[in-house]
Amino acid sequence: MALQGTCRQLGEVTIIDFSGKITLGEGSATLRKTIRELAEGGQKKIVLNLSDVDYIDSSGIGELVSGFTTVRSAGGELKLLHLTKRVHDILQITRLFTVFDVQSEEGAAVRSFK
Amino acid sequence: MAANTQRIEVTLETLLESVDLAESITMRIAEAAGFPDEEIHKIGMAVREGVINAYNYGNQQDRQKKILMTVELAPENMTVKVIDQGQGFELTEIPDPLAEENLLRTSGRGLFLMRAFMDEFKVERGPEGGAQLVMIKKLPHVLSDNHKHQSE
Repeated sequence: MALQGTCRQLGEVTIIDFSGKITLGEGSATLRKTIRELAEGGQKKIVLNLSDVDYIDSSGIGELVSGFTTVRSAGGELKLLHLTKRVHDILQITRLFTVFDVQSEEGAAVRSFK
Repeated sequence: MAANTQRIEVTLETLLESVDLAESITMRIAEAAGFPDEEIHKIGMAVREGVINAYNYGNQQDRQKKILMTVELAPENMTVKVIDQGQGFELTEIPDPLAEENLLRTSGRGLFLMRAFMDEFKVERGPEGGAQLVMIKKLPHVLSDNHKHQSE
């Protein structure tokens, strides 16, 4: 299934609910475009809700890292929420758990921003 | 090739669509070979990464070049080879994606994932000088037999 993202606002925090696959091609491009638009729009507190993303490949991982650095370069923070087991496992074996702030509860994710 | 080894060979176009196609073919073969769902997923993903490597880095997205994929089912293991028409490379040339200084790189994790998801992984020189990625997974009955022998 192609990746789809829906943005919603909770105070200053933008949560994007993604569903589908983050893979080479359309999925990675959708993720890149969504994060870039938010960063360019001045949004500094971003949460990616990945509860309906059960597949990510190396291209998708690269895009997550790129999104993380894009938002951070703009003075913001990007966090991950509700990882599925497969996405969790991939981030774990690639050591990206040491890079991303991964949250398992939406309220805690929102409160975790400075 | 042993008499009881089955082999299929697929020539893929250097197209983005070939990535999904190769993954799908391999997952079906893995399913028929009796692998459990999670292992089928890992085999499919390893092959996906292999074909992405051939598409992006080996053949440099050149439509004139082809990607050859072979899948062999032997009594003890499943072997997938992905062969491109690029310049080839050595594994030692590839930066370690787990090194602290490489964690924020946006590429370079595909080979690592292939190695992580398969029992054996190696990079050889293909017949035309490109890279030949070799991925081997032991069949489920071999793993359970080994487990039984260890328990005895």
